[in-house]
Amino acid sequence: MTTVSEVQVESEIEELATDKTWIDTAKIMLHKQPLGVAGGGIVVAMILMAIFAGVITTVDPTINNLEYMLEAPGDMFFLGSDQFGRDLLTRLIYGARTALFVGFTCAIIGSTCGLVLGVASAYFGGMFDLIVQRIVDVIMAFPLIILALAVVATLGNGVENVIIAITIPFIPQCARVVRSNALAIREIPYVDAARALGFSHTRIIIRHMVPNVMAPFLIMLTSFLGQAILLEASLSYLGMGVQEPTPAWGLMLQGGAEEFAESAPWIAIWPGVAISLAVFGFNLFGDAVRDTLDPKLRSQ
Amino acid sequence: MSKYILKRLLMMIPTLFGAAVFVFFLLRMIPGDVCELRLAGTGLYADPAEILLCQKNLGLDQPLFGQFIDFIVGYFKFDLGISMWTGSPITEEIGLRFELSLQVAIMATLVAIMIAIPLGIISAVKQDSWIDYVVRVFSIAGIAMPSFWLGILIILGLLITTQAMFGEPWMPPIDYVPIWEDPMRNLSQLIWPAVATGYRYSAVATRMTRSALLEVLREDYVRTARAKGLAEKIIINRHALKNALLPVVTIIAIEFAFLMGGLVVTEQVFNLNGLGKLFVESVGSQDYNMTQQLVMLVVLIFVMTNFFVDILYAWLDPRIRYS
Repeated sequence: MTTVSEVQVESEIEELATDKTWIDTAKIMLHKQPLGVAGGGIVVAMILMAIFAGVITTVDPTINNLEYMLEAPGDMFFLGSDQFGRDLLTRLIYGARTALFVGFTCAIIGSTCGLVLGVASAYFGGMFDLIVQRIVDVIMAFPLIILALAVVATLGNGVENVIIAITIPFIPQCARVVRSNALAIREIPYVDAARALGFSHTRIIIRHMVPNVMAPFLIMLTSFLGQAILLEASLSYLGMGVQEPTPAWGLMLQGGAEEFAESAPWIAIWPGVAISLAVFGFNLFGDAVRDTLDPKLRSQ
Repeated sequence: MSKYILKRLLMMIPTLFGAAVFVFFLLRMIPGDVCELRLAGTGLYADPAEILLCQKNLGLDQPLFGQFIDFIVGYFKFDLGISMWTGSPITEEIGLRFELSLQVAIMATLVAIMIAIPLGIISAVKQDSWIDYVVRVFSIAGIAMPSFWLGILIILGLLITTQAMFGEPWMPPIDYVPIWEDPMRNLSQLIWPAVATGYRYSAVATRMTRSALLEVLREDYVRTARAKGLAEKIIINRHALKNALLPVVTIIAIEFAFLMGGLVVTEQVFNLNGLGKLFVESVGSQDYNMTQQLVMLVVLIFVMTNFFVDILYAWLDPRIRYS
């Protein structure tokens, strides 16, 4: 054991010594994945905006100010105000919190449940696999928004229920992809070896199979981020998602966007820009992750 | 082949049945029902006896399992039941709106094909050039942009440009006229939602066209065609495109099945009285019958589309033979 750890330490030291500075790494990434880096930049900017919303702006996003309804963009309201006199920019910044919170929660929970289900389905096979796959078939026959709407109708609206509604359709999608990868891994001799050594099912699944399906898992996770944000915006727009006065981009478009489109076009424009930019960033980032992790797709 | 078709048709039954079970019991988990909502929804006092009577009339007082049996047996009697909200037969309510949604869906598909195939080809032929980057950004933007926002922008754009050009704002007509009665009026109403949904739809197809064509262009037979001195245009049109379009056809067909989902938001923006709007309304009013029949309709369209795609695939590609 000592020799192994010594070798490891040595190689690590060597790696550190020859390690490029982060600027070099960034340059290589920029050259290889220019769109991915741009997407990553947008993602980081959005995350910072969400975390430091309270620092960037000191205005309360939920307080109505009926003296200043539908003010045009200017000194007082940088992007204008909405029909309740609330500052649009402030609501956009706080809206990033809602969008990212929903996006990350749904993507992480959805893909993790999918991972567990997919790997277990491939590992156990037989009846368990058959039943899981039939359920997956059924859930995947629903268009995303239809299923999400049906779940919201059952649970009622509000942030937590929106998260559940968006997560449920993600689970089978991820489970299917992970399962097809895990099926190949189950046939590799080291899984048999682990079983021969008498390891428990849980240990084999978590320690031996899960690490080997990380690539499809991460690809699904990143692709879910943008989808979840878009779906939350759509649900909120339909009035079945996040409720007033919580600042959420889709909700801002529902409120007065159409009614005041002509007299106050800024209400209709900026929240949509925010949604599109966020989803755009996450998608570019997700594409870059896929290209890096999946060698088969790299040339495309 | 016929054996395969039969097998695929039989495999649809468990999926459809599973979907029916899922949606039926999911909707029944909602606290409250259409009667309470209709009689007491406005916050007024409702007589409990009246609510009970209403539930009795709609069969909501029956045990769940019995209701489910009725729901399934209805399909064998070609009876979809009545809307719990309006009281009229569901087939009638759907029939009224089906035409509009179908037309928007078909037009959106045409818009998507007209955008996706030329752009995908240019992008693949000029791979890694600035044109390629512009097309890729354009198509990724299409996926990122919510179609309801694009719809709002289109309405806004129409209002502003018509105001500037003719002096007074013009809005697409609100009431639906079938295309054979007044084609101009029909198209001037439905072209905008078709563009709003079609752009998003085209984005997926553009990316697929590009990557499929890139793959085919690396094949040996394309190199042979180049070696014998064929013009690049002929190579692309006659040799490469035919094979590259196969996955594109698939993705277009699959997306068509999902269009219903896209219509839910677009119909809301343009205030179109279609199936999507009916769905949102029936979810809002807890009209179980209507909601579950609409969901089953969407699932049926989806399952059937997948089936036809598989058959189409075998028909288009002589290398694929199902047995």
